[in-house]
Amino acid sequence: MTALLRTDGIRKAYGGVQALDGATLEVAEGKITGLIGPNGSGKTTLFNVITGYEKADAGDIVFRGKTITNQRPDKVFSAGIGRTFQLSRIFPRLSVEENMLVAAQHKRGKHRARARELLEFVGLERHAELPAGSLSYGQRKLLELAYVLIADPAVILLDEPAGGVNPTLINHIADRIRQLNASGTTFLIVEHNMEFVMGLCDSVTVLASGTVAASGPPDAIRTDPRVLDAYLGSDVEDEPASPEEAADAER
Amino acid sequence: MTLSRDKLPRAGGLIVLLALAIAFPWLFSNPAVTNYGVFAMIFVTVASAWNLFSGYSGYISLGHAVFYGSGAYVMGVAAKAWHLEGTAVFELLPLCALAGAVIAVPFGLVALRVRRHTFIVVTIAVFFIFQLMAFNFSFTGGSSGLSSPFLSWTQASFNLSFYDIALACAVGTIVISWLIRRSTFGLRLRAIRDDEDRARGLGVKTMRVKLSAFVISGALTSLIGAVWFYYETQVQPQTGFDPLFDLTVVLMAFLGGYGSVAGPVLGALLIEPGTLWLNSQPQLSGIAEIVLGAVFLAVVLFVPRGIIPAGGEWITKLRTRGKPAVVPAVAMTKESVPAGTPGGEK
Repeated sequence: MTALLRTDGIRKAYGGVQALDGATLEVAEGKITGLIGPNGSGKTTLFNVITGYEKADAGDIVFRGKTITNQRPDKVFSAGIGRTFQLSRIFPRLSVEENMLVAAQHKRGKHRARARELLEFVGLERHAELPAGSLSYGQRKLLELAYVLIADPAVILLDEPAGGVNPTLINHIADRIRQLNASGTTFLIVEHNMEFVMGLCDSVTVLASGTVAASGPPDAIRTDPRVLDAYLGSDVEDEPASPEEAADAER
Repeated sequence: MTLSRDKLPRAGGLIVLLALAIAFPWLFSNPAVTNYGVFAMIFVTVASAWNLFSGYSGYISLGHAVFYGSGAYVMGVAAKAWHLEGTAVFELLPLCALAGAVIAVPFGLVALRVRRHTFIVVTIAVFFIFQLMAFNFSFTGGSSGLSSPFLSWTQASFNLSFYDIALACAVGTIVISWLIRRSTFGLRLRAIRDDEDRARGLGVKTMRVKLSAFVISGALTSLIGAVWFYYETQVQPQTGFDPLFDLTVVLMAFLGGYGSVAGPVLGALLIEPGTLWLNSQPQLSGIAEIVLGAVFLAVVLFVPRGIIPAGGEWITKLRTRGKPAVVPAVAMTKESVPAGTPGGEK
């Protein structure tokens, strides 16, 4: 399986803190890849660097065989990489439907119908006319996913899609991700909810202190001692002992 | 859909309002009253033009007097240079609008690189640069300013004609504002207002969108500035580039509801005649600014979003009283909603 998206030795420092220290990972086409790691291990920074919201100090990002390192966010998006944010970034004063159309604009024509279709897909069609700011936390995550989908990205980066969402809605979100994946969309997912990650992902990459500590299928990762190290091994004392416990603590 | 049902009375209401606006100087032909009318229409135009940039994009400009004054000066200088007389001067109006657009490009390219308070400060700085230029250049007439060429209209037709011109500008600007509001362009502007970085991440060319709105807004403000100059028959640096101008316009937009089409119109119709009336009362001389400031304070404290949005909300509240609130949390199918979740019907 070829890598649709690859990061190669990405380095990024904020002042004295080395957030990413040569992060190298591959996202296989048509698969769901999980990205886990303790708090501060650089997961969101990596997302920001891939999508152009932050500039990498060193390293390369290759998408579909082309280098897209440090391109502007709009270029990265139109190249086919969509993302959602840890704290959903919807447009609160636009209606739910208008939110959908912000990303749809460069595809004129039938995008209104497509917007409705996608809202139905995520289950927000009844709220189309409401201001997006009136949606609940979980609904915002769904809306963000839906409006990214309207541009038909090849890969979607999800930053904690299940974080702070009630269990029923988590299942709904997981279900939608599976459906999209079945129709060809590739995913890279940052998530602390281990049940969610292990149940959904084809492979999991573990990030620790800005580098990749381990990578492999969920079952192997679950028992990998390096993963335990990643969560335990640092001198951060309040970090829980295992990925599972980490997830429990997060909840 | 309630929309189509609402459309007819709404269109009817607009026609009645327009008819009233056209009939106004005929109903109240006293020149003192038609003077109020002319200024009200001038400021409806300015507030709407300001709003279609600042209200939609969230970039609060306190430098629109740059366009207003430039429009006035361009008309004055051009009329003098080309020896234009009488109504021929009105042929300069497109040129004045163009001047506003041309000024808006470098102004916008500098100011729109920064956001929020920094943007406001930059617009104020540019404003003072323009005022100083008006004071110091010779072609602007320095501190004594410029006078407009003589217009051979009678006292009676003078106000009436200017009322019609200003009304046409106001209606045109409102229509442009409304068209932008409904367009993809307007959607992009409002997306920028809500979260500019996110909009950019979704492929919106933010600088181009902001700058286009700024240029349109600047052109319309310059146009009406030129009309104002000809109506006043003169312009000085401190009247063309008046620091109070932008505060007044912002207050109008905030009072009526900035970001909506109707809000700034309502705000201008309330504030401009009110200010003129206060200024015309000898026993209240100097109080207008104090009242203006107090109104500003009251608006920000009590109706921060303005009359139109707050009123709309209040009407919705009355209409839906007793009915269940909008069902909040259901993003799931009905059968997946467990009993007792906040998404269930009350």
